[in-house]
Amino acid sequence: MALDREELLHIYRVMKTIRVFEERIHDEFATGEIEGFVHLYAGEEASAAGVMANLTRDDRIASTHRGHGHCIAKGVDVRGMMAEIYGRITGVCHGKGGSMHIADLDEGMMGANGIVGGGPPLICGAALAAKVKGTRNVAVAFVGDGASNQGTTFESLNLATVWNLPAVFVAENNGYAEATSSKYSVGADSIADRAAGFGMPAVSVDGHDFFAVYEAAGEAIKRARDGEGPSFIEARVNRYFGHFEGDAQTYRGPDEVEDLRANRDCIDIFTAAVTTSGDIALADLEGIDRDVLGLIDSAVAEARSAPRPGADDLLTDVYVSY
Amino acid sequence: MARTITYQQAINEALDQEMANDPSVILMGEDIVGGSGADGEMDAWGGPLGITKGLYTKYGDRVMDTPITESAFIGAAVGAAASGLRPVAELMFSDFMGVCFDQIYNQAAKFRYMFGGKAETPVVIRTMYGAGIRAAAQHSQSPYSIFTHVPGLKVIVPSNPYDAKGLLIQAIRDNDPVVCFEHKSLYQSEGGVPEESYTIPFGEANVVREGGDVTIIALGLMVNRSLEAAEALAADGIECEVIDPRTTSPLDDETILESVENTGRAVIVDEASPRCNMATDISALIAQQAFGALEAPIEMVTPPHTPVPFAGSLEDLYVPDATKIETAVRRVAGYSR
Repeated sequence: MALDREELLHIYRVMKTIRVFEERIHDEFATGEIEGFVHLYAGEEASAAGVMANLTRDDRIASTHRGHGHCIAKGVDVRGMMAEIYGRITGVCHGKGGSMHIADLDEGMMGANGIVGGGPPLICGAALAAKVKGTRNVAVAFVGDGASNQGTTFESLNLATVWNLPAVFVAENNGYAEATSSKYSVGADSIADRAAGFGMPAVSVDGHDFFAVYEAAGEAIKRARDGEGPSFIEARVNRYFGHFEGDAQTYRGPDEVEDLRANRDCIDIFTAAVTTSGDIALADLEGIDRDVLGLIDSAVAEARSAPRPGADDLLTDVYVSY
Repeated sequence: MARTITYQQAINEALDQEMANDPSVILMGEDIVGGSGADGEMDAWGGPLGITKGLYTKYGDRVMDTPITESAFIGAAVGAAASGLRPVAELMFSDFMGVCFDQIYNQAAKFRYMFGGKAETPVVIRTMYGAGIRAAAQHSQSPYSIFTHVPGLKVIVPSNPYDAKGLLIQAIRDNDPVVCFEHKSLYQSEGGVPEESYTIPFGEANVVREGGDVTIIALGLMVNRSLEAAEALAADGIECEVIDPRTTSPLDDETILESVENTGRAVIVDEASPRCNMATDISALIAQQAFGALEAPIEMVTPPHTPVPFAGSLEDLYVPDATKIETAVRRVAGYSR
């Protein structure tokens, strides 16, 4: 399904927003001003953008602990996200969730999840709701290579198959589950092949290539919408930063990250692809770059100056009513 | 119009009436239909003890058998609830909470709070609990206090058919996650139940028996055992007030404290393992807020700190009975400094 100029510019904007957002959090986190844990998505943008370009606001996603990229690509407000990460009351979760639980159900984002493998069962549920209500909406569960081993993931692949749910499972294999290589912890040669064993179409794509992800996701999502059941996509990606901010990443090869940034950056690859035909000029993209920088700058400034939740907020929203 | 039916029928009726009332109510669980994918009949079981029998026949696809994968289907119930449905999932034995606890503990319970108030997760998880049928250690536990401990969950423990129907309908209509504990030995117990739909609010205890000498607080099957004990004690002039909290989260503090203020003596009967169970929770409440009224130490009648044994001779020693309750009541009744 060919993307037009406006769509391509939008995709660039999405990926660039994720990149600048994450790089900025990396810098700000080092000052000690951001509390708790953050897990950055920089490097993996093409995966989030490629999948979400096929979704509508009413489709649902569940993310991992590395959720900022999925949030941004799904359309969650960037300022609200920044405020949430800064623990402010203006945050998209009013400061009650933080980076690891960042969510906006209005945008169909069922949350980043602090539990590895927490998302897939929830997505089976969201998909079931869509099926029961007859909406043609789909639900997408993101997992990492780590979560691809979790019992919850396997059970969800099976349940989605036997119930013929409009679900798509996307494993972003970045080669590391925390500090342990997927070569060590994933028993099969291919995460996609393993998923195929559950009885669903499963492909492995280069997660640095937006168009490869977009196409594979498009097929899977269409299949789900048409009532033909679940699919699995393994997107082979790479993260630039550590498992968490503060992780020195000594478990990675000496120039691994530098090489990736220099030679396999997904935004560079996308830029090269869309500027060859002449329809989009570098200047257009640079204009977006400036916009994005401005947005992130103001998001940080706003977050910093926003009030923190107080004693009154501590006790609210445990229940609808008690 | 009330008529006598069993606890099992009361649960079935609650589910039936709510499913008729609201198309967003769906059921899922292991063998709640029975026969899925096989060559014989559908609705072959209607659940391991027949609780859900007939519902598939009436509601078809809205009643779903699941593979034996609690993490996935309990999680799916949670995700579906957060996506606009009102699922009632059956966790066949509460002992199986181990294989799906995250979806209840870290997901369902916490969405509303973590997501700043945007989430509503109206899921009901029905589950069997309790000892006495020689089902042994992994099929006989009473873990309601573990769920009570979790902010964001509501927990109900109906002790009779009337309460079972009213509390379950309330649970289905409630917009928070509710875990409903049904004692397996109560399913065939009988009681008066109105034909029409009705609800019982959470956080309202039932004073099952009035009495001015000793307050007995008991849950589930232990309510009946306490009433047995109360009858025997009445013959000796000791009048017990028996309070059934009905819901442990929210808990009706007021009714419990009011009674203890009056009697000055409290015995709590809890079939759950003694460390950190509802008896300890209610004891702390009473000690903290009715200290001045107490004439005797608070007594807890619970099993010993062991897994549930298999042999009948041992299980009968394990589960609190009317005699043990009587002994505890006599102790507090006769206590003086």
